Amino acid sequence: MSEVIKKFLYLNRKAPYGTIYAWESLEVVLIGAAFDQEVRLMFVDDGVYQLVKGQDTKEIGMKNFSPTYRTLGDYEVKSIYVDKDSLESRGLAQDDLVQIAWEDWETEEEIENIVEVVDAARVSELMEESDVIFSF
Amino acid sequence: MSILHTVNKSPFERNALESCLKFANSGDPVLLFEDGIYAVLKGTSAEGQIKAALDNLNVYVLGPDLKARGFSQERVIEGVKVVGYADFVDLAAENDKVQAWL
Repeated sequence: MSEVIKKFLYLNRKAPYGTIYAWESLEVVLIGAAFDQEVRLMFVDDGVYQLVKGQDTKEIGMKNFSPTYRTLGDYEVKSIYVDKDSLESRGLAQDDLVQIAWEDWETEEEIENIVEVVDAARVSELMEESDVIFSF
Repeated sequence: MSILHTVNKSPFERNALESCLKFANSGDPVLLFEDGIYAVLKGTSAEGQIKAALDNLNVYVLGPDLKARGFSQERVIEGVKVVGYADFVDLAAENDKVQAWL
């Protein structure tokens, strides 16, 4: 493994199912997680719809990939951010979103929910301090 | 002559809904499906547009697309009718034309 650890930010702005962006992003996140980088996920605009809980795609004949978000903690993704304004303008609250737990296998440190609602200034800051931004 | 209008894009990303509502004639049915369903949820910044449209248009939303995206009927603005695939077919057959706002 490379010794340089970079901060990767995956910036998600699309709703799930209508286009392939959300699923593709998730695939790339899971691949990237295998390379021991510091991975962060950000959801803004319609991207916040990706995390809405209770998705049931049986009747539209598409794969429901939303349960995968709940496993991100197991792939050592420790930081997941959601833009507050995007949630509010869509009539959503943190309660409408899935919870994603995280546990450190060595120290057994546990975080019940790593999904964090943040304001616009924090979104900008996180973009600024990342080494690489992947846009979806 | 009546036209079935369909919108399958999110109102927060495209102006498909806005154009549809601007040009639809009074009494026309408007069916929202795929990412178009986000327009009919309560409490969004698009709620005013839909409520105003309900005064002179029949607004429908495709249930399976709501469910796929994690929303139940209770989250839908009052006056919007939740329909299934068979109703979609009926609407297409009952009206003279279909205009898809892509």
